[in-house]
Amino acid sequence: MSDLNQKMAAKYQNNFLKEIEEQAEMGEWVKMCMQCGLCSGSCPTNFQAGWDHPPQELFMMIRAGKRDEVLKSNSMWMCTSCYNCYVRCPRKVPVTHVMHGIAEYAYRIGQSPKNQPTQHLSKTFWDNCTKTGRVNEVKLTQSLYFKDGIGSGIKKAMEMQSVALGLVKAKRLNLMEAVGLSHKCKDIKGIHAMLAKANELEAKRQADKAKA
Amino acid sequence: MADVKTAAYICKGCEIDKRVDVAALSKAATKSGKMNIVREHDFLCSAEGVAMIQNDIDNEGVTHAALCACSRRAKTDAFNFTSIAVSRGNLREGVIWIRPDTDAARETTQEMAEDYVRMACAEVKAMQVPQGNQNTGAVKTLLVVGGGISGMTSALESSKAGYKVVLVEKTGALGGWAAKLHKRVPTREPFKAPEDNGVSDLVARIEADSNIKVYLNATIAKTDGAPGRFKVEIAIESGAVANEDIGAIVQATGFTLYDANKLPELGYGKSPNVVDQAGLEALANAAAAAGKPICRPSDGQPVNKVVFVQCAGQRDNSGTHLPYCSGFCCNTSIKQAMYFKDSNPDIDTVVLFTDLRTPGNGEDFYRSAQNKGVIFSKGVVSDVSAAGNACAVKFKDLILNEEVDTQADLVVLATGMVPTSGPDLDQLAEANRVAEGGGEEAKQHVVELMSKSVLNLTYRQGPDIPHFKHGFNDSHFICFPYETRRTAVYTAGPVRRPMDIMQAQEDATGAAMKAIQAMENAGLGKAAHPRAGDLSFPTVRLEGCTQCKRCTVECPFGAIDEDAKRFPLFNESRCRRCGTCMGACPVRVISFENYSVNTVGSQIKAVDVPDEFSEKPRILILACENDAYPALDMAAMNRHEYDPFVRVIPIRCLGSVNTIWITDALNGGYDGVMLMGCKHGEEYQCHFVKGSELGRYRLSKVGDTLKGMNLETERVMDLEVAITDIATLPQKINDYAALIKSFPPSPFKGF
Repeated sequence: MSDLNQKMAAKYQNNFLKEIEEQAEMGEWVKMCMQCGLCSGSCPTNFQAGWDHPPQELFMMIRAGKRDEVLKSNSMWMCTSCYNCYVRCPRKVPVTHVMHGIAEYAYRIGQSPKNQPTQHLSKTFWDNCTKTGRVNEVKLTQSLYFKDGIGSGIKKAMEMQSVALGLVKAKRLNLMEAVGLSHKCKDIKGIHAMLAKANELEAKRQADKAKA
Repeated sequence: MADVKTAAYICKGCEIDKRVDVAALSKAATKSGKMNIVREHDFLCSAEGVAMIQNDIDNEGVTHAALCACSRRAKTDAFNFTSIAVSRGNLREGVIWIRPDTDAARETTQEMAEDYVRMACAEVKAMQVPQGNQNTGAVKTLLVVGGGISGMTSALESSKAGYKVVLVEKTGALGGWAAKLHKRVPTREPFKAPEDNGVSDLVARIEADSNIKVYLNATIAKTDGAPGRFKVEIAIESGAVANEDIGAIVQATGFTLYDANKLPELGYGKSPNVVDQAGLEALANAAAAAGKPICRPSDGQPVNKVVFVQCAGQRDNSGTHLPYCSGFCCNTSIKQAMYFKDSNPDIDTVVLFTDLRTPGNGEDFYRSAQNKGVIFSKGVVSDVSAAGNACAVKFKDLILNEEVDTQADLVVLATGMVPTSGPDLDQLAEANRVAEGGGEEAKQHVVELMSKSVLNLTYRQGPDIPHFKHGFNDSHFICFPYETRRTAVYTAGPVRRPMDIMQAQEDATGAAMKAIQAMENAGLGKAAHPRAGDLSFPTVRLEGCTQCKRCTVECPFGAIDEDAKRFPLFNESRCRRCGTCMGACPVRVISFENYSVNTVGSQIKAVDVPDEFSEKPRILILACENDAYPALDMAAMNRHEYDPFVRVIPIRCLGSVNTIWITDALNGGYDGVMLMGCKHGEEYQCHFVKGSELGRYRLSKVGDTLKGMNLETERVMDLEVAITDIATLPQKINDYAALIKSFPPSPFKGF
């Protein structure tokens, strides 16, 4: 267990609902769920097979204080942000945002599931695009394909060969990006400064929250 | 009667003259109908047409008029002649609108029209002008039984409408259950927090109202008489009896909470920390009086966790507890959870529900409770037991699908409403039967049942209003709420069906308005709902009566008592004019001035029945005027066609059908008889509650008659019709006509 996780668990003891309300973004909405299940019914992903728990069940687990099960659940990471649940919730609970809030909190305190593909994609995408302000598509693809080792990476690359060639022909993919000659935004320094400031603000906000 | 003068008026409007030969209709009215005057008019319901009829009444001395135009349900304002007897021949909805305009159909359409003219003529000749009930009373004082929220509201609303009210309350104070509430569920925007119960305000208004006379610590010892002239004896505390003349009654006797002692598995009685909702209100009141937070009863320590158990002893399918939902208890638990959250947000409040039902604006209240941090869990509680000064609660979480054990300082059971509706009349009748010549114990049982009586009516059918479902005094909940099976006695509030304060107040207002209508109508000698304003009333030829008592037993409204010589004694003001007594009477001595065995019988006989070689069968349809006849009219408006061999006669209720009509029709050569009445049974739609049921019971005996006549039993058919069966009804008629045509013609033709 990470330090932060232990700290939080100690701080809120048995009141996991309060922990989520105070620590996770949009967590204060969890108590407003009335268990109608419209979110689950509206979800276009095949969550019955892939999700540990549908959204309304996850909310109920938070209220029932099932801390470990919730934080380690893969459910939050399976959301595709289609906003169907968000639009349909009769209680106007921003379900999509709540799911992201819980996911982010689980990640922050080091409790999120390891090697979860969406989590990996998010992290890779973020690191990739914040470097130059634009996505380096070749490198992004590489790091995703070779996530599970060289063998499977080559296999995937071979499978997608014709797509890649088509993209190159249509000038939608620049192979030179592989050696770092990618398109970048004009003011990289500005972007980095902006992100640094945002990070600073967020860190302060979370530090305040943890203190409170 | 010496000076009867009959007239038939045949309208040519609405294309009647284009579809049928009006001259032939006039001829039918003159020759078969034997009317003194026969007139045709291009547009009978116009001012000019109406003036023509009025002129005949004023100057020609017409006393009986057959208006052959449209359905009796149409143009009632234009054809409102109260001084003469009027019948209607239905040429528009009954004939031209339900027949195709083709050469092939012309002949049968014409026959149909002529028959309806003959029927209208025959009917009106058998009628008399209704004179209105003379045996009436003009008392305009309302009696309200029960001084809770419903009763007080009824009293205040009636007073506001200008009527005197006598309010009887059995306890020593007004207010009922609501007075015991610490606070009530919010009644106005933004529906977020409990508010003052409002009882003191209502009581103050009652006390300041000079129209309202209040009896506390009093019960109804005896209710005698009829609407407009009830004589009520009120037993007051001193043992004395006060007499009041009353016009109509609102029974607002409310409810008691379901006895939580019947729920030992939920810990009631085992731990002082398990209470019902009333128990929690008492704790909240005591705590508020002491200026302290709510404490647990076992040791007076503060409460840190409360569990609310919804549907305790309710919605139970096993037959042990209440089978229904009481509707108010979810909002009440939400309110009670707020008692805790509003004083200390750190107190854990958990509501365990299976379906949270928050009627009215309860949804906003629910949301407000969630915002305040009340936890709602979908779960079924299986066991509550005492664990020291706490309670152990076992429940199945229905969302997470697991058994959960939890602890609470206080457990609140949401038990439901049990109506205070007096003894069950069937039970009482049975007890009376057993007690007759029975032992002391059986007699004691009767006394015990009678002690529960609320109204102590002197009616032959029993001392109270008959129960409907689950002991509530409900009537048809959509079409006619408040109505009961005792005319001018209306129920309001939770005695009628489970409800909350807001619904009860609405209910009480409605019932008061109905009661005022009933008093006013009774004073004028008119009927109450559903034949409101009807001036006819039943009369009986006592010299023909065999004292069989069927009328006194079957009257759905308990209108008929027995006199000293054991003859039926009609209380006309209690009568709703359904004619069930008339249908029941085996010697046919009961009739109404404008509706009798003869008015329908003569119509049946007026129809021209072709011989057996004509291949023109005749089918009689007796259609209930409340649902079936309007459905047929609406089918006609939509131009749904049906068979030309049917002849429809509207009847007041299936209960008024005297089996002699069926026998007469079959003997007269009709090939089939179809009866259309409302749904009966628990989900009944009969406007006279029991009429269609009694009618159907009688019909079930007709089969033997048919067999005796060597006829197929399928020739008589009973059809359940709702007013919405507009599109399907013509098809059902056609199917039945096809069935009749598959039989050989009736062997009774031509006799």
